[in-house]
Amino acid sequence: MSDFETVAATENPAARPGPTGEPGDARRGGTAARSLAGDAWRDLRRNPIFWISLALVVVVAAMAAVPALFTGSDPNDCVLSRQHAGPSGAAIFGYDFQGCDVYARAVYGARASLLVGALSALLTGVIAVVVGMLAGYFGGWVDSALSRVIDIVLGIPLLLAAIVLLKRVSSDSPGLRLAAVILVLAVLGWTTAARVVRSSVITAKGQDYVAAARMLGAGHGRIMWRHILPNALAPVLVVLTIALGSFIAAEATLSFLGIGLKAPTISWGIDIDAGRTHMRESATPLVVPSAFLALTVLAFIMLGDAIRDAFDPKLR
Amino acid sequence: MTTTSVQPTPAPAPAGGEGHLLDVRDLHVEFRTREGVAKVINGVSYHLDAGETLAVLGESGSGKSVTAQAIMGILDMPPAVITSGEIRYRGEDLLGMPEGQRRQVRGKEISMIFQDALSALNPVFPVGWQIGETLREREGLSRAEARRRAVELMELVKIPAARQRVGDYPHQFSGGMRQRVMIAMSLALNPRILIADEPTTALDVTVQAQIMDLLSDLRRDLNMAMILITHDLGVVAGVADRIAVMYAGKIVEHADVRSLYRSPGHPYTKGLLESIPRLDQRGQQLATIKGLPPNLMRIPSGCPFHPRCPFAQPVCADVAPPEVALGDGRTSRCHFAEEVRDGRI
Amino acid sequence: MAGSEQSKVRGETILEVDHLVKHFPITQGVALKRRTGAVQAVDGVSFELRRGETLGVVGESGCGKSTLAKLLMRLETPTSGRARLDGRDIFKVSGAELRRLRRNMQMVMQDPYTSLNPRMTVGDIVGEPFEIHPEAAPKGERRRRVQELLEVVGLNPEHINRYPHQFSGGQRQRIGIARALALRPEIIICDEPVSALDVSIQAQVINLLEQLQDEFGLSYIFIAHDLSVVRHISDRVAVMYLGKIVEMGTQEEIYERPSHPYTQALLSAVPVPDPEAREEREIIRLTGDVPSPADPPSGCRFRTRCWKAQEICAQQEPLLVRRAAEPHPSACHFAEPKHLVG
Repeated sequence: MSDFETVAATENPAARPGPTGEPGDARRGGTAARSLAGDAWRDLRRNPIFWISLALVVVVAAMAAVPALFTGSDPNDCVLSRQHAGPSGAAIFGYDFQGCDVYARAVYGARASLLVGALSALLTGVIAVVVGMLAGYFGGWVDSALSRVIDIVLGIPLLLAAIVLLKRVSSDSPGLRLAAVILVLAVLGWTTAARVVRSSVITAKGQDYVAAARMLGAGHGRIMWRHILPNALAPVLVVLTIALGSFIAAEATLSFLGIGLKAPTISWGIDIDAGRTHMRESATPLVVPSAFLALTVLAFIMLGDAIRDAFDPKLR
Repeated sequence: MTTTSVQPTPAPAPAGGEGHLLDVRDLHVEFRTREGVAKVINGVSYHLDAGETLAVLGESGSGKSVTAQAIMGILDMPPAVITSGEIRYRGEDLLGMPEGQRRQVRGKEISMIFQDALSALNPVFPVGWQIGETLREREGLSRAEARRRAVELMELVKIPAARQRVGDYPHQFSGGMRQRVMIAMSLALNPRILIADEPTTALDVTVQAQIMDLLSDLRRDLNMAMILITHDLGVVAGVADRIAVMYAGKIVEHADVRSLYRSPGHPYTKGLLESIPRLDQRGQQLATIKGLPPNLMRIPSGCPFHPRCPFAQPVCADVAPPEVALGDGRTSRCHFAEEVRDGRI
Repeated sequence: MAGSEQSKVRGETILEVDHLVKHFPITQGVALKRRTGAVQAVDGVSFELRRGETLGVVGESGCGKSTLAKLLMRLETPTSGRARLDGRDIFKVSGAELRRLRRNMQMVMQDPYTSLNPRMTVGDIVGEPFEIHPEAAPKGERRRRVQELLEVVGLNPEHINRYPHQFSGGQRQRIGIARALALRPEIIICDEPVSALDVSIQAQVINLLEQLQDEFGLSYIFIAHDLSVVRHISDRVAVMYLGKIVEMGTQEEIYERPSHPYTQALLSAVPVPDPEAREEREIIRLTGDVPSPADPPSGCRFRTRCWKAQEICAQQEPLLVRRAAEPHPSACHFAEPKHLVG
């Protein structure tokens, strides 16, 4: 019988207030402000996974920003005579089929991955917030229409559509290809985040303080910007962090297939493809970029998970 | 009343001397959280005899619900820790019992109903099934038998058309009816003591009156003892024999119902009585109790009420007041209990 | 200040509500919704509010008082009916005129834990009215005005940069009251303002509301389910049942000489904190459940639970008019005053 479920006292500060309520007050410790963010940060601090994933993310970001910090070699310095040479003092993982330093290429490859991941996530975020906010706030036919759009885009298989779209990009200019990949991923990948935004907007919209603002005469813009957005943003940030990881994986896949980034851009996906082709001669050129890729994607996903768990009031 | 198999419980023979049916002795409970230790119960003692109704009155943070949960053994431990005290039921200390034995007592001898019937009931099972669940599990009744008893219990709590409604789901009942279902569930095993934790707070006033009438009738017909936990001085006046007023985890006053209302012996009780608007009077400004309820992690020294007490003297901040006997079994934890009672202060 | 200075005569009618109706359609179907019925939340409510007075509105759950509050604050649009404030029907105005009207009528909400934006400071919350209506206070003055408001409601003006979670429930309610006062409205609708507070704090907030009424000449529509609180603060009282007002009068008439059976049952059910008084009061207990507002009984809506019900009650709806037995309006064919409480 659920009436015996253990209730940590109705006087527990975390419990919802009842009609007699002033539950949090009796416990409020001194002047320390107890808010969801404060509690979440405290939980995060204690979570080893948070620190590990954060460290990995910082390392990868540093590699992307200042690759020279991590390797003295030039990844484009490829000498065929060194083809598949083993590890040495100069190249800790040896050389690949073209005679390039495997490690250096992996380090420099971080930049493309992170750029694509971060910019796609940012763009996705913007689209998702706009669409989700409009759908959630206005409801009615606006919501119906936008939700159908979301459903349709959601139904399109990401990689398949990306392949179709990217095949039309004939240019080989690295900047253009980068932009194309970012754009394609964002345009296809915003839907999940938009749904999350929509549902948090719907929740926020029903809050009493939004009604209070409306009663004061606040217009739609003010309500959306001041009252709803700040309170609806948190879950989306989690989704975007995780999405960042999957965008990096998606870019690597596209580049692996030869339709994403292309040489001379350095990308893990390109290296994995090359490494796979010559796998029998040497496994290292395949394993190293794969490991970098896997660790990076994992880092972002773990980070997103840790933040989400810390912010979920139901888990405390 | 329809003939049912729920019989009045005969008053138990006192266990060796003046044994009470339920005897809470000097209970201390703390909540240990990462922000600190909250002293939720600080030396609470009360007793209950067969057929009596004891009201435990207090606002949020007073500890009134925690005491009941400790009796039922449903406290979340951790973070709760019972640091000392005894809860004796028919002479035996519940706190010292092994869990298996404790479970025997819980639900069968002592039963509890809560404020929100909707969350206490499982929405996916019919009410008759839920009422019969304890009977099937604890008494080994067959499904048909349990269903029959469930209908009897629903009739006992005056749910109209019980036979037809025994297969309905909780959401098909109104709030007051759901509360009756919860009461029926709690009575299934013929408990000697019913603990009611804010049973009517969430209900409309006309429904509240019906439920309180029902509880009075049941108490009388089944000779059941009841602990009524509430913050509502009006509800208490109609149904309790004795009242224990709680503040900051202590019982600050304990008296029979008439004396408490006529001549309260503690400034907190007095303040509460004076601050509630009366239906039968239209007065001027309401008297208020200044300040806020205390932070249970930093309970004021001496008398926990002294920062808010209009009569506080220097001794109140230094020395915790003893339990002053006011005659006729009345007690009050105030240095000036007699003066407060007599209105001399 | 909203409302012209000359017309501040105490006792004059400032709000006139006329046959306000709100039916919520019940629909079926996913894409093309068919209307299969309506929840008659508010079904023809009329009353007047005079300057400086408090009109209490009582009723149990489902009576429509919350919907009434939302209608008056224009959070919902009525199905029909009018409400005249300052000579204008509040449901017919829009744009700048609506904004002006909003300055004149504000609301204090029930739940102090959800009525304040947790991510705004107290100063921002109480100052928001000035941002939305910049004509109400020049920019340089705003901070001072906010601090004044905090002081007026009994809070420390130095806490202007704190967040809501740093305050207790009673204090949060005071913040809500300060916010409602900012634009100096003539009318404040109080929707269960003390129900979510501890008993010892309720008295503080009720006293504050009364004091503010005296100081600023406010009129209140005080919606609550606690009859004792309503009696204490109200000058006149309206009793609602299933979307209609069933009885209306001064607080003395309603509490000492209630003539509608529902009012009588309500007063009989309220627990009085006096063990001796309880025994003297007549006990009236209603049977049955409140009917669904989507399918209310014909004629008099209360007849299914009324001990006086006759044939006429099912055939003819009793109007809220003065009855022979008692001079205040009552919607019952057999209205008869009963003395229930002192």
